[in-house]
Amino acid sequence: MQSNAALEYDYSLAKKFTFLTILFGFLGMLVGTIIAAQLAFPELNYLLGEYGTFSRLRPIHTNTVIFGFTVSGVFATWFYFGQRVLKVSIAESRFLMVLGNIQFWLYFLGALAATVSLLLGISASKEYAQYEWPFDIVVVLVWVLWGINMMGLIGIRREKALYISVWYYLACFLGIAMLYLFNNMEIPTYFTSGGLGNPLHSVSMYAGTNDALVQWWYGHNAVAFGFTVPIVGMIYYFLPKESGQAIYSYKLSLLSFWGLMFVYLWAGSHHLLWSTVPDWMQTMGSAFSVVLILPSWGSAINMLLTMKGEWNQLTENPLIKFMVLASTFYMLSTIEGPIQAIKSVNAIAHFTDWIPGHVHDGVLGWVAFMIMASIFHMAPRMFKKELYSKKLMEAQFWLQTTAVVLYFTSMWIAGITQGMMWRAVDEYGNLMYSFIDTVTVLHPYYTIRALSGVMYLTGFIMFAYNIYKTMVAGKELSQEPQFRTPMA
Amino acid sequence: MDISEIQGYASFFMTIFLVIMLYGYIIHLYRSEKRGERDYEKYGNIALDDEITSKPVEDKPASQRYKEENK
Repeated sequence: MQSNAALEYDYSLAKKFTFLTILFGFLGMLVGTIIAAQLAFPELNYLLGEYGTFSRLRPIHTNTVIFGFTVSGVFATWFYFGQRVLKVSIAESRFLMVLGNIQFWLYFLGALAATVSLLLGISASKEYAQYEWPFDIVVVLVWVLWGINMMGLIGIRREKALYISVWYYLACFLGIAMLYLFNNMEIPTYFTSGGLGNPLHSVSMYAGTNDALVQWWYGHNAVAFGFTVPIVGMIYYFLPKESGQAIYSYKLSLLSFWGLMFVYLWAGSHHLLWSTVPDWMQTMGSAFSVVLILPSWGSAINMLLTMKGEWNQLTENPLIKFMVLASTFYMLSTIEGPIQAIKSVNAIAHFTDWIPGHVHDGVLGWVAFMIMASIFHMAPRMFKKELYSKKLMEAQFWLQTTAVVLYFTSMWIAGITQGMMWRAVDEYGNLMYSFIDTVTVLHPYYTIRALSGVMYLTGFIMFAYNIYKTMVAGKELSQEPQFRTPMA
Repeated sequence: MDISEIQGYASFFMTIFLVIMLYGYIIHLYRSEKRGERDYEKYGNIALDDEITSKPVEDKPASQRYKEENK
């Protein structure tokens, strides 16, 4: 570690990953909106030949919002608050700076190439794990680079106690590393068959029920360690910092952390209820999903209680509004998930639109709100400029909140309608409806969803514009704000 | 007893074990604070006072602190 009298935090990496967060967020949400419209109006599938079909675009949507938008957001926030809570500048280590830049470029180019590969139909055909083996290797390399960088920064820290957000980010790193490696164990067929077929093609090392089990252990925990753990870490830093209030109970944050670690990994089998996996495993998945309410609400309540005595900030500061709404959606989503995991409820909910409804109140209301709020908080500190427009933030908040509400309510109604119609039988035990009957009934709800997508995407463009204008036209700040983010 | 039954029992007993560990952790947190050995709530200030020039909440690793306290 070098000694330097005018030591400053270095935000160059945080800035780079912030740009990627916005880029991938826009792309992922744009594709999401297009495929939502395709479900409502199927003729939209044929605009771009094979490249514009739902089946090509859907993996691009999911992978771009997970591995593009969310992961960039995690990297951006790490390179920002990681330094601050460890009280060390990453610029104090040339090695870590070089490593961070390699990570950035490898990640950026790898993510673009992987997205193009999906557009070309190169897919491992496993949900949220569609990238073929060469791209998996890039993902692993990027992740290892991030891990070395994180451990390196922790290694040279001045603050010896690790703040709770660092624990969450460490868990994110370890969790995703383990899940990604095990679920993507695959054999490239070209090299094992003596040169037959496509060199990019591979088959999973697991088969049948085992494959499904590993897949959903991965799929559910990608939600856990990608969409929950780092986002909780984010709010534990950004909410106290923005409001000037320390976490309500640090002990509760530690307890919720271990509770979450303990419970989450066992809940994945709820994706396979009523399937061929052993019955005890299905029951275990259900039981652990219900227990999961405790650590999730432990964190959410802790966030809300952090605002105790300071609720006036909710009306005065739109950033607090974003974060409080995010934790509220976290509560909603984490009570809804366990309800869906109850076996009898799942008998109706499985395979219906209630499931993407649940996913999206979590990702739009919780994950994306929290990532955008974090960037709003970081931007004035990174660019040394006041946020461009408070009014635009307010308008974005209400537009996107309405969009999320429209999304999940339409999908609740669509899903339950679908589930009931699929199961409805007449007095002789014959099914009353064919599949197309349900599709006809669901059309209005699919249209509402597409509309909510347009609204949310518009809000995201407003967000991107606000950050861009902050960079180029924001009022200069003479000193870094301590708590509340200044905005015009 | 077939393999899936063994797996079921193993999962059950591991759950019990982990529950005991988790409750043990709660007791540990509260007891060490009550005895005055640790003050967990002070760590909340790490986020609030996070300038590079701020005084660290803890400037020594836990192992070193423990050695000094037990001299």
